Amino acid sequence: MREEEVLALAQQHADQAEVFSVSSRSIPVSYEANRLKSVDTRDSSGMALRIIKDGRIGFSSTTDMEDTEGLVGRAVEMLPFGARAHMDFPESSEYTHVPTYDEGTAALESASLVEVGGALIEKLHADFPDVVWEGRVSQGVSTTRLLNSRGLVAEETSSSVGLGVEGTLVRDTDMLFVFGRASSCKPDLETNEVIAALTRKLQWAERVASAPTGQVPVIFTPQAVAGLLLGPLLAGFNGRNIVQQSSPLIEKLGSRILDPRITVWDDPTNPFVPGSRTFDDEGVPATRFPLVQEGVIANFLYDLQTAGQAGATTTGSAHRGLASQPGPGASVIIIDPGDTTFAEMIAGHEKALVVESFLGAGQGNILGGDFSANVLLGYAVEKGEVTGRVKDTMVAGNVYAILEALGALGSEPEWVGGSLQIPALCCNGVSVSSKG
Amino acid sequence: MRDLIESALKGLNADYVEIRIEERESTNIAFRGRELDEIGHSTGKGGNVRACVKGGWGFASFNSIDDLRAKAVQAVEQARMVGNEKTELADAPPVVAIVPPHIVHDPAQVSLADKHRILEEYLDLLWGGPEIQTSSLRYADGHRTMYYGNTQGTYTEQARIDVNFWASAVARAGGEVQQASISMGSLGDFGLVHRMHETVAELPQKAVDFLKAPQVKGGEYTVILDPILAGVFVHEAFGHLSEADHVYENPKLREVMVLGRRFGGDYLNIVDGAKIPSLRGSFQYDEEGVESNRTDLIREGVLVGRLHSRETAAKMGETPSGNARAIGHQFPPIVRMTNTVIEPGEATLEDLLEGVKEGVYCSNWYGGMTSMEQFTFSAGESYMIRDGRIEEAVRPVMLSGNVFTTLENLDGVANDLEMNEGGGCGKGGQSPLPVSNGSPHIRLRNCLVGGR
Repeated sequence: MREEEVLALAQQHADQAEVFSVSSRSIPVSYEANRLKSVDTRDSSGMALRIIKDGRIGFSSTTDMEDTEGLVGRAVEMLPFGARAHMDFPESSEYTHVPTYDEGTAALESASLVEVGGALIEKLHADFPDVVWEGRVSQGVSTTRLLNSRGLVAEETSSSVGLGVEGTLVRDTDMLFVFGRASSCKPDLETNEVIAALTRKLQWAERVASAPTGQVPVIFTPQAVAGLLLGPLLAGFNGRNIVQQSSPLIEKLGSRILDPRITVWDDPTNPFVPGSRTFDDEGVPATRFPLVQEGVIANFLYDLQTAGQAGATTTGSAHRGLASQPGPGASVIIIDPGDTTFAEMIAGHEKALVVESFLGAGQGNILGGDFSANVLLGYAVEKGEVTGRVKDTMVAGNVYAILEALGALGSEPEWVGGSLQIPALCCNGVSVSSKG
Repeated sequence: MRDLIESALKGLNADYVEIRIEERESTNIAFRGRELDEIGHSTGKGGNVRACVKGGWGFASFNSIDDLRAKAVQAVEQARMVGNEKTELADAPPVVAIVPPHIVHDPAQVSLADKHRILEEYLDLLWGGPEIQTSSLRYADGHRTMYYGNTQGTYTEQARIDVNFWASAVARAGGEVQQASISMGSLGDFGLVHRMHETVAELPQKAVDFLKAPQVKGGEYTVILDPILAGVFVHEAFGHLSEADHVYENPKLREVMVLGRRFGGDYLNIVDGAKIPSLRGSFQYDEEGVESNRTDLIREGVLVGRLHSRETAAKMGETPSGNARAIGHQFPPIVRMTNTVIEPGEATLEDLLEGVKEGVYCSNWYGGMTSMEQFTFSAGESYMIRDGRIEEAVRPVMLSGNVFTTLENLDGVANDLEMNEGGGCGKGGQSPLPVSNGSPHIRLRNCLVGGR
């Protein structure tokens, strides 16, 4: 195979070498304005080469599988300027196989995706004729291969099927946007759950209510936790930010800085969950480990290079695209549930804000744990009941501060987008500002 | 390449088919802290076929361009699964053209050793102060050649060279972390990398100042935006709404976005166009072979035009504007902005400041997003305005507003137009697309500012 050829050639020029290749095919079918718009097939493939010589790293990548000599030549050319290596490529390991491939999913063709998507859009259009629906159903199969000069050979194929749907309701210049998503490695998409969630959103959003402002309790749905809080939180655990000492969590390992009800796992060993995997993108076995255990900072996320720099061990958290070198990141985040139902969270407040989705999340100073965003979809709660959708409203706060002073932890975790299992949170210390 | 594409297009049973082949090559260098983090070289090759049958689309993308004919047939079959209406594409005169890249200073002529050395100079600037905890410095250049042909006789070859530069300084004191950053890009000009010293040298002090700066109290303020942030504002607060693909199949939105609707005061003029030469969003032909243009979007406060692909133009009975763009061969072209500008007015910055009792002056940018109705964008730096003067620094703020009312609240346009060529635009999973935007200083009344 090409990968073996590249590895053999690269070893003539370097002390260590690693070849990473991906080939994938996906079939998305898209809907616009309540009807089928496009059927696509997307094939892609490519290889990346990392080499280490005299303690420096060379890297190149290509999508031209014939260009083995060019790939090696360009990586060698980079060596004199390359980053200092703080790692060796790993030897082969005994892997515990994590299943992510399903033959039924792999066999799905565009006609059956059109059937699923068509039924979903038709049902939504019938239930909500004023809403304009867009959507996409897609199937994908992807194979990753990894070889290195220490004898490691690893290959994994995974399958996925996903759907995303967006409804837009326009009343003059008032616009409402609702989103629904689901994904799985198996052909078992729960379209009824997606419809139920969208229906609830549209019902709650039917009326417009004025937002409570100031420091009010804010209830984050699982989708909102994923959309606004997870980014700044995980940035603090990223090995790159630890090595750069730009994470507020350095020197906090082993300390309890969050509410003791909070436990967060990275668990890529969950079978048939998109994002799960047998080994990471450097060939290190993927394992389940806590980032936060009962409020205590338990582990950071490392790949080989950042672990070497930090004097730590890789956590099997390497992620990479084709054209860039690996970096640490989370795979499948699981937040353990608490004991408050979503209904109880809402019923328990005289005045509160429920937030669902945001505009502009991830802007601003996320390194310090700060968040700030416009509420794209959120609802006012008065006397324990949802009174309607809020508009022109912004929320701001600091993720560490609000998770330290956590109000309530939800008892009904949901899979958000397939790869995150998250309960609702009720938080204090969020600033809410709103127009008039 | 022309023979390859044209022979694959012959005799297909479809209303319309187009083929793109792309070759690209890029170099990137990244420092994290003082240490080089990554240096790499990538090459890519690939293409796609897009076909339309009875109004339905089929699209196939690939890396191997072998057997292009079979791929074209596949795309046509996919389109046939979809189509049951009528194919409507606005007329575009067939063109045959070979367009060389716009080059001021070709990054390919600069050795890797020189690029590396120049970046190291910036590292020293970024580490100017004891409170600097770390820094990030990235450089990338890319050369992209696109070969395009369609069944209506158009064939184009176009190349472009993009240069990008990012720098940020991170300051830390106790548990507080703050950063100041800059993003810049150019079309075909490596010289950009020689011109950033002054800007980069200011970053460490700014990051340190943010540590000490108080957070503004959230609420409504009169806000004055510098030309760079005002460019981001026009892109987010209005530009995306002028993209016809959001509008053309939504009857309610078509009513709202009817040409002739008043959006702002007489002094408000907004244009978009790739024809303005040598900017990041500039090109000769869009990715449907339509010649680039200059489109008036708002003239004297009134909506007069919008951005189109051939399909959206046909379905709205308007003229294609040459705004169909894709970031690469993996994606079909969609309606995108190019270079979007608020045209300069008569006022000076002093005129805008006059009479502002308490407000916020915002400059530079961090990011922005829009939902069509609402938008947000964040400032790189913010200062309080008190009694008409720019006073103490506050933590950089995030601003938010309603597209339809904010332009009405735009009550002052200065005369000092500048273009912002940093960052990139994201839409429909395609990011970053090189665009530029620009504006003079502008003033917004009753703008919602996020804060404590």
